[in-house]
Amino acid sequence: MASSKSLMNLLTFTFGSAIGFFVCYLLFSIILEEQVKIQPHVLHNDPHGQHSADTDNNQLQGQMNFNADAGQHKDEDKNIAEGLYHKVKILCWVMTGPQNLEKKAKHVKATWAQRCNKVLFMSSEENKDFPAVGLETKEGRDQLYWKTIKAFQYVYDNYFDDADWFMKADDDTYVILDNLRWLLSKYSPEQPIYFGRRFKPYVKQGYMSGGAGYVLSKEALKRFVAAFKTNKCTHSSSIEDLALGKCMEIINVEAGDSRDTSGRETFHPFVPEHHLIRGYLPKTFWYWNYNYYPAVEGPGCCSDLAVSFHYVDSVTMYHLEYLIYHLRPYGYLYRYNPDSSKNPEEQSENEALENNQKLKQKTSES
Amino acid sequence: MGDASQANGKRDIAGAGNCRSLWIIKETRKGASEVDGQRDGCRGRGLRRESDTCGRGHCDGIKAQGLLNWDSSRRHQLELFRCCCAGNKSLYGTRHPRLSYGKPAVEPVRKSARETWSKHCDKAEFYSSEKVKVFDSVAVNTNDMWAMMRKAYKITYERYKDEFSWFFLAYPTTFAIIENLKYFLLKKDPSQPFYIGHTVKSGDLEYVDGEGGIVLSIESLRRLSRVLEDPDKCPEQGGMIWKLAEDKQLAICLKYSGVFAENAEDSEGKDVFNTKSVGALIKEAMSTHPQQVVDGCCSDMAITFSGLAPNHMHVMMYGVYRLRPYGHSYSDALVFLPPPGSDND
Repeated sequence: MASSKSLMNLLTFTFGSAIGFFVCYLLFSIILEEQVKIQPHVLHNDPHGQHSADTDNNQLQGQMNFNADAGQHKDEDKNIAEGLYHKVKILCWVMTGPQNLEKKAKHVKATWAQRCNKVLFMSSEENKDFPAVGLETKEGRDQLYWKTIKAFQYVYDNYFDDADWFMKADDDTYVILDNLRWLLSKYSPEQPIYFGRRFKPYVKQGYMSGGAGYVLSKEALKRFVAAFKTNKCTHSSSIEDLALGKCMEIINVEAGDSRDTSGRETFHPFVPEHHLIRGYLPKTFWYWNYNYYPAVEGPGCCSDLAVSFHYVDSVTMYHLEYLIYHLRPYGYLYRYNPDSSKNPEEQSENEALENNQKLKQKTSES
Repeated sequence: MGDASQANGKRDIAGAGNCRSLWIIKETRKGASEVDGQRDGCRGRGLRRESDTCGRGHCDGIKAQGLLNWDSSRRHQLELFRCCCAGNKSLYGTRHPRLSYGKPAVEPVRKSARETWSKHCDKAEFYSSEKVKVFDSVAVNTNDMWAMMRKAYKITYERYKDEFSWFFLAYPTTFAIIENLKYFLLKKDPSQPFYIGHTVKSGDLEYVDGEGGIVLSIESLRRLSRVLEDPDKCPEQGGMIWKLAEDKQLAICLKYSGVFAENAEDSEGKDVFNTKSVGALIKEAMSTHPQQVVDGCCSDMAITFSGLAPNHMHVMMYGVYRLRPYGHSYSDALVFLPPPGSDND
């Protein structure tokens, strides 16, 4: 029967195609999965988009510990840095949560956190072993401003006299404390001012990116805490950095300019690669419209004396620690001199002279 | 390594490397019509002032610069000079041309090497398997890696045997810190047969892994160029049914001329030539010595890392030559100036 035969053919054909499509779908999905694995650094499409449940691909065991005084540093002179450590006291608090203590906060603790005058890890629940402070909030993206308010309140109640400046960072922020101290040494903690990566929308004087970290002066912290007692500021939204920035404006705390003496940014909302490579961040990306000062890509993006980077995973924490505090080019005369008021191009000859003079004086004393 | 030496009551701190990076301070009496000791200071290290003829290895057209300053407390006149290197006579007369080679397919990779660390070499040459006009590399017209290496070394020897004492070969994905290389080679005599890098043992053969970079002294290169002519010892086709990697071939040829591979380590025994990237080494350290990740990973004076994508080269430039913590200083015996006309270091 002709019609049933052609029906059979049709069925066979359809069935065969279905199998074909199904196999192709399987193959493609495997291939695409591989590609996704290769690119773990996603562009974060929302300036306030905090960290989704991330898959830390590096299931690492053990506690990381850093030995700050390795043998290879015996020629190192840290006098100026140590002087600043005592002169510019910084209390750091790190925004984290119970599920991230071992995955992320641990690596912060093993690297840059040691250099704070005091460091506190703020979580929704207390953890005596880590140790982490329990703020008695819930966890989640919408709790961030609550955590921030309570964290600053906790710091004010317990540690106000122990520091001059109060830095907030995330558990995927890397902070270079020595450079932060250099930046802050030019200001007084009695000034109502705060610093970070300045964004321009929504707040007239701008506000500071949450992930890149921000630091409040003593006076700023005092006013912030007082504002919640008098209801000048309230938990107006769950967008932590924006809400804090609005509050700062209300209480007349100035949004400071954290750029270095040659105008380069010091607080960074992304890892170095995203800023240094031209074209990495597409021109349609929100970042270009948010930056208060003209945003730069390429080598001019970032100060030599950068203060922070964000979206730093565990491997990159140690990577940065190695590049910043360990690996160095022997004898290299850095182009940028932070203590000179001239622009970098004019500095090098005078620098060479000064540096050699210092070297000469040092050896004459030895 | 603090080497501020006193000779005849004059104090000077000299640097090594080529003219661009060498500074000497001479201290003299105020009012002297001619600044004393400058010639002695330079000559003492086998160096000449630029205004004298340098003879072998003359400076790359860099003018002598004298900067005068008064040190009022000492009533002395300080003068800074740039001295040039008198060829390969003294240990300070070291210059390092750098070879990099690869196929045009690795264009963006090599381009990033050109834009980044190779600017710190005294001379950088790029060898490519084809003539790539826009890129200004030397064509060697072959796709075989061993043949390419042979040719590159031959050409380099012919062109530069009178000018340089050390020859550093890098692959396109390698990042090198030339200042650390110069410091490492400072006390080594280039008239000895040195063949240095990250060594690997393969059976009886110890060879330098090309990924980590290969350093040859002028003596080794001289011997190599001789043995390359000998088809029994150092055949172009490898002479075996299956081909050996070019870095192994090189080791075999060098062995025939009495040149043996040497592993490069710092004062703590850590490798300074690395065949992997910093990230890869950190990951390994995190699982093998979790208590001391950074200490266990890599040397502070590392010279090379490899397996780097072009973006990583730029990140390394920033991380090595710029990003640093304020308030930490070192009393290094040498001073290296940043290369002119560069914006990423």
